[in-house]
Amino acid sequence: MKAYPLGHIRTPFYIRGHSGIVERLCGAFGNPEELAQMRSGEPKQPLYRVRFLQKELWPDYRGSAEDVVEVEIFQHWLE
Amino acid sequence: MTAAMKETGNYQPYSYFQLMEVSLRELLVEKGVVTEAQVEATVEDIRNRTPERGARVVAHAWTNPQFKGKLLADGTKACEELGLDVPALKLVVVENTPAVHNMVVCTLCSCYPRMLLGLPPDWYKSRNYRSRAVREPRAVLSEFGLELSRKIKIRVHDSTADMRYLVLPMRPAGTEGWSEERLASIVTRDCMIGVAVPKLI
Repeated sequence: MKAYPLGHIRTPFYIRGHSGIVERLCGAFGNPEELAQMRSGEPKQPLYRVRFLQKELWPDYRGSAEDVVEVEIFQHWLE
Repeated sequence: MTAAMKETGNYQPYSYFQLMEVSLRELLVEKGVVTEAQVEATVEDIRNRTPERGARVVAHAWTNPQFKGKLLADGTKACEELGLDVPALKLVVVENTPAVHNMVVCTLCSCYPRMLLGLPPDWYKSRNYRSRAVREPRAVLSEFGLELSRKIKIRVHDSTADMRYLVLPMRPAGTEGWSEERLASIVTRDCMIGVAVPKLI
């Protein structure tokens, strides 16, 4: 799975455009784009935890090649 | 000049934000939106949330494998079992093992499991911690005094949406036969954020 390089503000910049693996489906939660407009957040959107390898995010990463970071991203912000 | 008595016993002028808080609170009470009693009860409730709650959860998981299983499967539900209400958030408990160390950050703001740990420390909200925890976690941990072998994988959890994270540290050797209460006493806030590990005192 790949996050949009442009992307929603709540998709951290450091993972945009990178590929990761879905760690788990967290459930469905109010859509932040709707909640931000003081609307109900419906329909709820599936939220995933996506795992990224650190060495793929940071070219100069110094640590174990297996170190990871896990980020929550809504389904409609993934591609 | 509006003034408040500080802890020193001296009256001092309100700071900008104190004045704003008092003005807003008085206005809300005057308009009947909230009562003084409700505000006090909420403040009291926030003060009562301390890391001892989280430590209780960890100590219980260390002594009760069945509870630990439930905690890792559904943190919110398991906490309810202990009488700890964790509303409006889903708790994800991540377990440290000899092979994996977990640490928690919120790069976007300061999301934190307040129901179990209380208010976040200032460093957790700092730009320094938030930007570096995801980029150079090992350097950050070493500044906290935690040097981890490269054989141990680091898993950083960026709390960007509706989940809240609690690290379940490893129970240290030498604590066999300890009561839950004694175990809880070595589980610090930092252990549950993942920037420290429990040590025998």
